[in-house]
Amino acid sequence: MATKPSPAMRRYLIRLTTCMTLFVFLIFAVGWLFRHAPPTGALAWGAAVLPALPILGTFWTIFRLLEEETDEYIRHMLVRQSLFATAFCLSIMTVWEFLQNYDVVPSGTHGFGAAFLWFVGLGVGGMVNGLAMRRDCAEDELEEAE
Amino acid sequence: MNNRLRVLRAEHGWSQQDLADRLGVSRQSVNAIEKGRYDPSLPLAFTIADVFGLPIEAIFLREGTPE
Repeated sequence: MATKPSPAMRRYLIRLTTCMTLFVFLIFAVGWLFRHAPPTGALAWGAAVLPALPILGTFWTIFRLLEEETDEYIRHMLVRQSLFATAFCLSIMTVWEFLQNYDVVPSGTHGFGAAFLWFVGLGVGGMVNGLAMRRDCAEDELEEAE
Repeated sequence: MNNRLRVLRAEHGWSQQDLADRLGVSRQSVNAIEKGRYDPSLPLAFTIADVFGLPIEAIFLREGTPE
């Protein structure tokens, strides 16, 4: 059964969409800038950091969601999801680092850094949460129908 | 922690959504508490007790206590 998102979740979705839209714009804009008119010095630092800012904004939106969600069980599930994402990201990065230390794999992450892995982990955690909650509700609907 | 939420809800003829609306939480919360997958905080336990007009100990039972 589909449930209506809470006000906190709606605010989170708006903030997330804003951050992601900004990220897509900045990643292309800054890429274009470095290809066609590469900045130097402090400007290069500032421009290179720009696409990271919406990612930091995304972390902020997640922490705001944890603060603003009034349903304690949903908050509990979100915390579990975030912890899963952290464990997922740290595990892969740790293994990757050791592989790099012994030159088994090439250095660098080809742009797929810690934040990317953390969001993959958050997505997997969200799917696990969603499936578990859907299964529980479906079981109850069956029992109530009997 | 065991609880009698499901029985009490059935006695009142409420669905999980009905109870969730009265408590101001999601249906998933009611479901998780009923199934014993999640123990509510003390404030939520008090709200549940208020909704049923019962003391907390008449709804939530220690592990191993027969319902």
